[in-house]
Amino acid sequence: MATLSQPLLFGQAGSGSAGALATDGAASAEGPWRPGPLQDETLGVASVPSQWRGIQGVRGETKSCQTTSIATAEAGTQARKCTDAQVQTEAPVPPAPPAPRPDAPGLLAFLRRVEPAVTRELSRNWQSHAFDGFEVTWTEPQQTVTCLHTLGYPPAQEQGLHVTSVSWNATGSVLACAYGRLDDGDWSTLRSYVCAWNLDRRGLHPRQPWAVVEVPSATMCLAFHPTQPSQIAGGLYSGEVLLWDLGRPEDPLLWRTGLTEDSHADPVCQVAWLPEAGRGPCSRLLSAAPDGKVLLWQGGGAGGLQLREGFALVLQQLPRSARLKKPPRGETEVGATAVALSSFDPSLFILGTEGGFPLKCSLAAEEAALARMPSSVPLRAPVRFAFSPHGGPVYSVSCSPFHRNLFLSAGTDGHVHLYSMLQAQPLASLRLSPQYLFAVRWSPVRPLVFAAASGEGDVQLFDLQRSSQKPAVSVEQTQDGSPVYCLEFNSQQPQLLAAGDAQGAVKVWRLSSAFTEQGPRETEDLDLLAAEVAT
Amino acid sequence: MTEVEETLKRIQSHKGVIGTMVVNAEGIPIRTTLDNSTTVQYAGLLHQLTIKAKSTIRDIDPQNDLTFLRIRSKKHEIMVAPDKEYLLIVIQNPCE
Repeated sequence: MATLSQPLLFGQAGSGSAGALATDGAASAEGPWRPGPLQDETLGVASVPSQWRGIQGVRGETKSCQTTSIATAEAGTQARKCTDAQVQTEAPVPPAPPAPRPDAPGLLAFLRRVEPAVTRELSRNWQSHAFDGFEVTWTEPQQTVTCLHTLGYPPAQEQGLHVTSVSWNATGSVLACAYGRLDDGDWSTLRSYVCAWNLDRRGLHPRQPWAVVEVPSATMCLAFHPTQPSQIAGGLYSGEVLLWDLGRPEDPLLWRTGLTEDSHADPVCQVAWLPEAGRGPCSRLLSAAPDGKVLLWQGGGAGGLQLREGFALVLQQLPRSARLKKPPRGETEVGATAVALSSFDPSLFILGTEGGFPLKCSLAAEEAALARMPSSVPLRAPVRFAFSPHGGPVYSVSCSPFHRNLFLSAGTDGHVHLYSMLQAQPLASLRLSPQYLFAVRWSPVRPLVFAAASGEGDVQLFDLQRSSQKPAVSVEQTQDGSPVYCLEFNSQQPQLLAAGDAQGAVKVWRLSSAFTEQGPRETEDLDLLAAEVAT
Repeated sequence: MTEVEETLKRIQSHKGVIGTMVVNAEGIPIRTTLDNSTTVQYAGLLHQLTIKAKSTIRDIDPQNDLTFLRIRSKKHEIMVAPDKEYLLIVIQNPCE
């Protein structure tokens, strides 16, 4: 309809302007590039009213449409046929033997020449007893364990502070100790100190530390950085973790956590540096506290650390028998009291707990902890395995530096347990003291030697090669029987052992040669010990 | 198996033998039963020691020469059979 009416409309509307168009055409006929004489011209005005809209309006129609309703139907399907099929890979074709390397010229002749002599010597050596009991003394043998230094800081000792932790630095020449109190459970505003002595410096003054740092709260634990000799981390009674640089005596504090929701809510029981993972200077620090949190701090810019990962011990992962009888107070479910890192598996660590059972934990754990503790990073549940418990809280754990499966734990029941990571029951349980045991450490050089600090004031050295029942040497650290709280071997100078006690003194013991020189078959004996796992 | 391999296998099968290796005159291992890093360490160090021991014997008496080198340590016995082109190094546990 529209196409029909259009020409008619144009015919009417176009008539007015036809003249103008004609004159235009006449001017252009004279030649497109020759301008004619200019003159004014008035053209008639033509208006063309649009009728299209009107027609459209007339032609508008109202219509409605509706999609059909969506049809649904339910149907069940079930595969009816089952087929079993068996496949079998073909027996592996043995790889073609490597083409025999062309023997170097003269090699065969050489081997033929020397074989009889070597064979003779090998069998003779195997039967020979010529060297039995033959010992070479390259160094002056040290027969007894002697006390080299008795270190102390008089202002701290006058306040009755205890030495709560000792640590050797990366070079093995600086010894630091932390002052605090372990015997009162109260919150206190007691000031405490971290003191350091350089044992290799001439003019060592045992009552005057080389560096003293004042700390606003009791210090519970210390750990020197594994590679930076002057950096030391400490955990406070208030739950804070601090990092100091002892090389800057005027302003030693490098970094502190502050009291935020990310810091611990209970006294930090131990801090430990993770071994550097070879990716440049990336320091990682692990801290554990009885609030059940284990936090991993990672070095950021400007020497500070930031919270990278958090772990929480939660009941969901623990065996029923290992749970505490008392109702959990607040959000605390299981409190950590000690931590030890494996020297073989970088993600593995052992936790000692208030419940007395050591836990095998992993930094690589993925499972989220169902805990309501506030934290800026998601807390994960690290527990992989729970070992059978001590009679009381565990105060110290130590992983063997020579065997990946062995670790020691010591606690308030006076027992040291030797565990294999492969079974819950301890391989051995030694009763060392009727009192508490506060620390246990493997020797860094002798696979079968460990030391323990007892509440009766002595340091006991065990040599499992000589006797697994009684200590090889027991030295008296304190005269009045006040407890020894901490001890640490020096990994750089293996003859040194430092121990701190309740009198505020740190003694540096020089071990006898028997504790510093590895015997011929010691590693094999350790392997045998670890293989005693109940089958 | 070539005769060279057989000979080395015979030596390796002796009681207490931990490792056997053949080192050339430049101190480069050409046959070994130990892992790579251990072999390189043993080969380099024992090659130097053998040269030193040989020159010591020759300096004392120019008519004399080194024929065999045995090193007794707390954990092992190391035997070195020298020659002008090769060294045979055998590491053995001491007897029980």
